[in-house]
Amino acid sequence: MASEEAFLRTAPARPAPWRDPKIRAVAYQVAFVGGLVALVAFVIHNLLGNIGRQNIATGFGFLGREAAFGIGESLIEYSPADTYARAFLVGLTNTLHVAALGVIFATILGTVMGLARLSSNWLVAKLARVYVETFRNVPLTLQLFFWWGLLNKMSPGPRQAWQILPDVFVSNRGIVYPVPFANPAYWWVAAAFLIGLVVTIGFGRWAKRRQIATGQQLPTGWVALALIVGLPLVVFFGFGAPLALDVPSLQGFNFSGGSSMSPEFAALLLGLVIYTGTFIAEIVRAGILAVSWGQSEAAMALGLRSGQRMRLVVLPQALRVIVPPLTSQYLSLTKNSSLAVIIGFPDLVSIANTTMNQTGQAIEGIAMIMAVYLFLSLSISFAMNIYNRAVAMVER
Amino acid sequence: MHNLIRRLIGLAAVVLVVTFAAANPALAGATLDKIKAAGGFSCGVPTGIPGYAQPDAQGVYAGFDVDICKALSAAIFGDPGKVKYVPLTAQQRFTALQSGEVDILSNNTTWTMQRDTELGLNFGPVVFYDGQGFLVPKKLGVKSAKELNGATICVQPGTTTELNLADYFRANKMDYKPVVIEKIDEVYAAFFAGRCDVMTGDSSALAAQRIGRASNPDDYMILPERISKEPLAPVVRHGDDQWHDIVDWVVFALIQAEEMGITKANVDDMLKSDDPAIKRMLGVTPGMGKALFGTDDYEKWAYNEIKLIGNYGEIFDRNIGAGSPMKLERGLNNLWTKGGLLYAMPIR
Repeated sequence: MASEEAFLRTAPARPAPWRDPKIRAVAYQVAFVGGLVALVAFVIHNLLGNIGRQNIATGFGFLGREAAFGIGESLIEYSPADTYARAFLVGLTNTLHVAALGVIFATILGTVMGLARLSSNWLVAKLARVYVETFRNVPLTLQLFFWWGLLNKMSPGPRQAWQILPDVFVSNRGIVYPVPFANPAYWWVAAAFLIGLVVTIGFGRWAKRRQIATGQQLPTGWVALALIVGLPLVVFFGFGAPLALDVPSLQGFNFSGGSSMSPEFAALLLGLVIYTGTFIAEIVRAGILAVSWGQSEAAMALGLRSGQRMRLVVLPQALRVIVPPLTSQYLSLTKNSSLAVIIGFPDLVSIANTTMNQTGQAIEGIAMIMAVYLFLSLSISFAMNIYNRAVAMVER
Repeated sequence: MHNLIRRLIGLAAVVLVVTFAAANPALAGATLDKIKAAGGFSCGVPTGIPGYAQPDAQGVYAGFDVDICKALSAAIFGDPGKVKYVPLTAQQRFTALQSGEVDILSNNTTWTMQRDTELGLNFGPVVFYDGQGFLVPKKLGVKSAKELNGATICVQPGTTTELNLADYFRANKMDYKPVVIEKIDEVYAAFFAGRCDVMTGDSSALAAQRIGRASNPDDYMILPERISKEPLAPVVRHGDDQWHDIVDWVVFALIQAEEMGITKANVDDMLKSDDPAIKRMLGVTPGMGKALFGTDDYEKWAYNEIKLIGNYGEIFDRNIGAGSPMKLERGLNNLWTKGGLLYAMPIR
């Protein structure tokens, strides 16, 4: 008994340091971080050594030099006399342009197709299914080549361009369409639209509170229409409806005037939208199916009409399921836009590739591409996470 | 389908190779030792220019660029077949060479100051004197490059062509719209499909593509202007002088052989020649092989090249000249004794 007590009283012997879990944990972490630092240091040292040995230039000084190559399409002013930095910016705006339009149209197409797959109309549901199964299962690269080849080979040269609408021409130079000449009135119209939008949102909130308080409904739909469409129209006519059009006309080799969309841009946008749309369709379908039928039945029992049922009961619950995978699709679409290279659309990667080739500074160029895509992806994730928090179910 | 990621991984791999590959500094002679140990070397060629480098129906590369690498292989191994051909686009080629993925570029590469310095490259002797031109469909009705204001122009990225084009239009205060596609096949397909009014490139390559790809070559013409000098030369990395020397003298020997009248057919007879210059070059009088390769086993280097591949004139005629569908004129690419620019340094 006594010996047992003595045994219990003796403090447990400290284990040898290499057996102590705390010390081991710290040691492992120190070793790991140290190893990582050593590896990175070795890589950088070796890289600089090798670059130095081959006399390859380094640093970002090249960005200030004259680019001296032409770029086919650009949203901002650019000429070969501009710098590499400017050329890079052109590529970035082109990437953002196609990605932004792609996200918008893919969401619309995907939502429509996702709902169509759930349609009780046999033909609609089957057509949507064929669309999804076809375009989801063919590699995007091939689809891009397909659309681009179609646009290039099917359409005639600019001198034999098809006129599909008055003053809208389709040729293998792209789609050319008239645009109104710039006019200060348009800024006021845009401002009126924004004001209408803000007021509508405020009105909607107020109407909702009022409905909760009093049970009375206000015609929010009509008010929204009047504010968002009516107000800008009033402003537009108030300025005397300026509608002078810059009409494209054939001059020399190509159309001049108007605005145009190149076959490369059109093919890229079409490919990205149709491909990503299939995934979004499936996500939307899954999201809606995830809301149990009982919810719809309950809504029907409350006497909600089918539109209200979708808007007030099913969609808010479906969005919880839809938003996270939708974010991934937006990210994929943005990153897939770099496939522009293969069909010759001057996106970020294409221009960075040219820059790398002309300056020989591949490491800097790749670092810039990676930084940009990282930034874009994190921004999209950030925005979508905020939205996700707004639509996520509030647990009580 | 994270294609960007795939591309980046590819590029990152190249960067990693640059990072680690030459952890052992590229000492003079390292390339030759490496390829002797490996029993062959890899040669970066274009992805498809008829007459210069194109795989045949069996996938075997043939053409002018390919023959330069074959001559190198013949000189080193006594066998033209010890070459692995790596097709590289204009954008890929320099990184591939810098990183050691290939040992030499024979890729219609223009020798420029910036490439020779900042890109860490060394150029061998010029194997083809070219100039940039414009290929147009005849039905466009254009007779001069000065009439091209507003044209849509197909061009390959990562080339001097792309830069010369911008310079030329700036100098002449004209506008153009470039359509830039990386793969040669795609860019020519786009041009012949009518996507562009004009195709621009080295005029010899334009001539070759016109014959090789147009459904009816007579519908197309090359405009008379040559807007640049395009001296095309094989390229090696900085840091291995011996390898650079070997490339230099393998090419010089091809040119010198033509000048001396040594051909594939008569090279064996030439071994009996009394001309001391021929004896030196063909290794009958030893010394040159040791000078170039550092050991005694290579005295037959020039003999092997000519016996197995032929001299410069034979290579030219067979691939792009009179004996080929291209039928390019020798023009600047004739011997200096015949009004051209080819001039081999003395082999002695």
